[in-house]
Amino acid sequence: MFGLFESGFASFTWGNGVMLAIGGLLLYLGIAKKMEPLLLVPIGVGTILVNLPLGGLMECIVQGKLVESYALGGEPAGLLSRIFRYGIVWELIPCLIFLGLGAMTDFGPIIANPRTLLLGAGAQFGVYAALFIAMALGFNIYEAAAIGIIGGADGPTAIYLSNRLAPQLIGPIAVAAYTYMALVPIIQPPIIRALTTKEERAIYMKPQLRPVSQREKILFPIIGAIIIILLVPKSAPLIGMFMFGNLLRESGVTDRLADTAANSFMNVLTILLGVSVGAIMSAGSFLTRDTLKIFGLGVIAFAASTFFGVILAKFMNLFLKEKINPMIGAAGVSAVPMAARVVQKMGQKANPRNFLLMHAMGPNIAGVIGTAAAAGIFLGRLG
Amino acid sequence: MSRETVEVPITGKIVSVDVKPGDTVNEGDVLCVLESMKMENPILAPLDGTIAEVGVESAQVVKPGETVAIIEY
Repeated sequence: MFGLFESGFASFTWGNGVMLAIGGLLLYLGIAKKMEPLLLVPIGVGTILVNLPLGGLMECIVQGKLVESYALGGEPAGLLSRIFRYGIVWELIPCLIFLGLGAMTDFGPIIANPRTLLLGAGAQFGVYAALFIAMALGFNIYEAAAIGIIGGADGPTAIYLSNRLAPQLIGPIAVAAYTYMALVPIIQPPIIRALTTKEERAIYMKPQLRPVSQREKILFPIIGAIIIILLVPKSAPLIGMFMFGNLLRESGVTDRLADTAANSFMNVLTILLGVSVGAIMSAGSFLTRDTLKIFGLGVIAFAASTFFGVILAKFMNLFLKEKINPMIGAAGVSAVPMAARVVQKMGQKANPRNFLLMHAMGPNIAGVIGTAAAAGIFLGRLG
Repeated sequence: MSRETVEVPITGKIVSVDVKPGDTVNEGDVLCVLESMKMENPILAPLDGTIAEVGVESAQVVKPGETVAIIEY
């Protein structure tokens, strides 16, 4: 019949249909709802392409035979399986994205107010909470650690860790992490409201943080990298690249490199990351009960991180003469800068004098460091 | 009449100015929109009153401490 049986239609399964719908949903959320479009659009495209049968984008050679879906032990032979293997499995892309993130990050608010580092650490409790619940649900400790890190709200870190500890779950974990990051403005406010009184949300924080000198900004990434990597050696790939990118930004003599790292290089990496993460979402690997559980656990991880961040900020207020607005603890989940933006909006609503954005950026950035360190701790223990 | 000065909280660029001298504002009204860290942030009136002076204009790059507006109440 004019090759109809060799066409994709004959091999098309209901699972492929569901995955096309999911890919379409990701595109819709990205394009129409403008939710994390830079990530959801490439992921959606990858999902759609890989679920059109016989395209061979994720082909691998296993023991001399060509198989259509990605095989962990096989030799990649398709366009996207090669990008996935050499970019993600070899851990190049997530770590290099941290270089770009470093070049985009201003450590000024942390240097000016270092106690906010603690809030970034506090939010990591959510990672552990999700880990224990995941284990109670029957995931093994490796899978549970990779799922828990979703609560850190940091896509590259989540991908990096799940690739090491639970490579079979990398698709659902990546999609859950990015989807929930996009949903931060919906997930966080009710939790913050439940934990704080109106008076607490209205607590005024002086806008003017102390000025930070260039020398401090240059020394911070160097000293920070040395201390954190000595403390958590396995965080070296992520933290090393992050601090390197930041030094490019702050050194004052490498603007060209910082500009490339933060913009064009980052864009290239984002394209490769998005499309290859999408491509891992074949019907066979995504449509499982585990995926549903991972999405459920992802919300719990996010909510718990927000919860612990706010509670820790309230706890710190017991000892501080100049009270901090407890909402900035919620920005300790990384999700830069959405979480800080949520705090800014809610703070202004409670008290029009408030402008908490830069106060929230401190815990926000500390959250990125905290999540990378938590991933390093898991790798040191389990990897 | 008392006067309250609204200051720029963070380095950034003014995207739009939404009030002019003589305007009546209520607490929470948008005075101007400040773009900083790739986000557009409204600067709000801290109280009810009348705009006496506006210190910023559209597309101006501003630093913390500069005057956004002075409100009489």
